[in-house]
Amino acid sequence: MNPKSVDETAKLLASQGYVADRSLATTVHLALAMARPLFLEGEPGTGKTEIAKVLAAGLGRRLVRLQCYDGMDLSAAAYEWDRARQLLAIRLAEATGATASVAQDIYSRAFLQARPLLSAIDPDQPPAVLLIDELDRADEPFEAFLLELLADFQLTIPEYGTIRAATPPVVVLTSNRTREVHDAIRRRCLYQWVDYPDAARERAILTARAPGLPAKLSAQVVGFVQALRESELFKLPGVAETIDWANALAHMDRTELTPEAVDDTLGVLLKYQDDIAKVRGETAARMVEAVRDVAA
Amino acid sequence: MSGSLAANVIEFARLLRRAGLPVGPADMLAAQDALTHIDIGNRAEVQTALRTTMVHRHEHAAVFDQAFALFWRDPAAGQFDAMMAMLGEKAPKPDPRPAPGSRRVAEAFTGRRDQRESEQAPEYDAVLTVSEAERLQTMDFEAMSAAEIAAARTEIRRLHLPLDLRRTRRTRADPRGAMIDMAATLRTGLRHGGEMLTLARATRTVRPPPLVVLCDISGSMSRYAQILLHFLHAVANDRDRVSTFLFGTRLSNITRQLRHRDPEAAFALVASQVPDWSGGTRIGEAIEVFNRQWARRVLGQGAIVLLVTDGLDRDGAKGLAEAMDRLHHSCRRLIWLNPLLRWDGFEPKSQGIRAMLPYVDEFRPVHNLASLRALITLLSRPAPIRGRFMGIPT
Repeated sequence: MNPKSVDETAKLLASQGYVADRSLATTVHLALAMARPLFLEGEPGTGKTEIAKVLAAGLGRRLVRLQCYDGMDLSAAAYEWDRARQLLAIRLAEATGATASVAQDIYSRAFLQARPLLSAIDPDQPPAVLLIDELDRADEPFEAFLLELLADFQLTIPEYGTIRAATPPVVVLTSNRTREVHDAIRRRCLYQWVDYPDAARERAILTARAPGLPAKLSAQVVGFVQALRESELFKLPGVAETIDWANALAHMDRTELTPEAVDDTLGVLLKYQDDIAKVRGETAARMVEAVRDVAA
Repeated sequence: MSGSLAANVIEFARLLRRAGLPVGPADMLAAQDALTHIDIGNRAEVQTALRTTMVHRHEHAAVFDQAFALFWRDPAAGQFDAMMAMLGEKAPKPDPRPAPGSRRVAEAFTGRRDQRESEQAPEYDAVLTVSEAERLQTMDFEAMSAAEIAAARTEIRRLHLPLDLRRTRRTRADPRGAMIDMAATLRTGLRHGGEMLTLARATRTVRPPPLVVLCDISGSMSRYAQILLHFLHAVANDRDRVSTFLFGTRLSNITRQLRHRDPEAAFALVASQVPDWSGGTRIGEAIEVFNRQWARRVLGQGAIVLLVTDGLDRDGAKGLAEAMDRLHHSCRRLIWLNPLLRWDGFEPKSQGIRAMLPYVDEFRPVHNLASLRALITLLSRPAPIRGRFMGIPT
C-alpha cells in the first residue's frame, strides 16, 4: 500500500530507520504516486542504496538487486535460456521422434532463467522493489537496453514475447557519477541529488543507526565529520563512514574525541593516504579542539 | 489542477528553457502530474516536485532554484525580462559577430572561396579585470572554411593514441574467435533440426578507452589555441567518451560545448564560457580542482589523460607535484604533450616542468606545433617501452 502523503512517506522511511530530509521524502513520495523510476545521484556513502532496501522493507515488497558492472550483458541482467536443458530436450525429442514441435517447445517459459530485471517484472511473483545499483559502472549499451524496462515496465524477449509486470515494480537507480549517465535514462526518471546531511540530520541518523552511543561522542563525531567535509580532501567521508567511525570509537570504549583516538581510527573515515596524511596530527588535533568547544 | 496553475507551470518551463535548461513537453506534463500528488500550499514540496521532474542533472539544480525563487514569488508575466536579467542572463543578446557558419553560407552562395584576409593573430579583447591575479579575456576565433573543416575531419581519422584499444567484456561473432557462443550455436543448429554442425564462435570486442584532455590556454600557450581547439573539436566529434577541460587560472569543462557539430558554433560557445583566455597559469591548482571535482566522474573505465601544457606555472609549481601524483594514480595512462618554444632545447629549468615530469607515463614534446597534421602525427607515434622513459634531467 503506497503512502498517501509526503508526511506518510517520511514516516514510512523513518519507521525503517532511514532519516530523510523533506526534499528526498517528497521525491520518494512522487516516485511511488506517479509510478516513475527514481534516479538517485550523489557522492558515495550518502544512503542511496539504502533507500531501496528501506522501501522494500517498508512496503512489504521483495527487493531485487542488480549490481552493475562494465560489460554487463543481457544474460547477466535480464534472462538467459537454459542451454543445457534445451539440448537435452532436443535429444529427447529425437529419441521419441517428436521433432516436429521441438523448435517451439525449447523456447517456452520453462527454459527461461530469470535474472534480476526479468524477476522484478515477473507477473507470477509478488511485487518487487528493483534496485539498479551503481548504474554508472555499467557501459552505455546496457543503459540503452534499460530504456524499455523503465518506460513500460516490460521486457521483450525475441524468441518468447513480451513480459509485462502485473504490478509495476518500484524502481530505484543509483549512480556515484563516475560517468555521466545518458540523458535518455534521466528523462524517464524522477531525479534527486542526494547530498551529505546537515549536522542535525546526521545526528538523527547516528541515533537511528548507532544506538547506545554517548550523546557527547555523537555530537563530537558529527561536528568533526561536518568540519572535514568543509576541507579540500580528495574523497570526503560519507554518512556510511560516519556510522562506521562512531561504532569504531564505541568499540574502543571512547566517550569523547581525543586527538589520539582520531589518529588511531582515521582509516575508518578517510580511505586515501593523501587525505589521511593531510588530516592526521596537527590538523586533527585542531579540529578536535574546535568540536570539543562546540559540544561542551 | 486549476487552469492558472497549469499556465504558470508552462510559463515557468519557458523561463527555465530561456535560462538554458533543457525542459521538454514531457517534463512539463510530469511536473503538472506531480503537483496533483502533493500539498500545493507547501512551497518546499512544490519546489521539490517541480525540480525532480524538470531537472535531470545536479549542475542544473542551482539555476532551477534561483528561477524558482524568482518566478514563484510574483509570476507576473510582464517581468519576464527583468527576471532573465537577474538570472545571470542567457537571454538573447545582440551579437555583433557574424552568426556561426555565415562564412560558409556566403561561400555556398557565391560559389567561391573567400581569400583569407587574415594572417593576423587571433584577436584578444580584454573585457574586465576582476583582480590583479586574473586577467579575464575573451577570444575570437577565425572562421573556418568548409575545406578546412573537411581537412580537419580527414586528419583526425589518422589519430591513433598509444594503447588505444582496450578489450571489453562484450563479445562479437567471429569465426576464428576463442570463445564458443552457445546461444548462436543453438540457433543455427535449429535450422538443421537441432543438429549442431558448426560451433559459433565469438571474440571479445575492443574499443578505445575514454579520453580526457586537459588543455592549457594561458598566455604562453595562446599561439597554439587555435590549432588545439580545432584538434579538440575534431577529437570530440570523432570518438565517443571524450571529455575536454581548459585551464588557465581556473578550470572549465567544455565537453558539452565542443559536441556542437559546427566548429564555429562550438568555438563561440567555448569562448563565451571560458573567462580566462591568455591569462596566467596555475597548473597545480587547476589539476587539483580537476582531481577533486571531475576525476571520479570522467576517469572511469581505464581513461587516458592527455595533458597539453608548456609547464610554465605562475605559482612556482606550488602543489603541482601532489596534484600530478594524484592524477597519475587516477587514470590508466597520462600523456603530456608539451609544445616547447623553438630553441628551448629541452631543459627542464622551469620548476613546473620538473615537478610534473616524474608523474607522466609519456612525455611528448613538440617543437613547432604549426598544424593539426603535425599534432596528430606526433600523438600517433607508438608508445615508448615502459621503464625506458627519459629520466628526469637534473
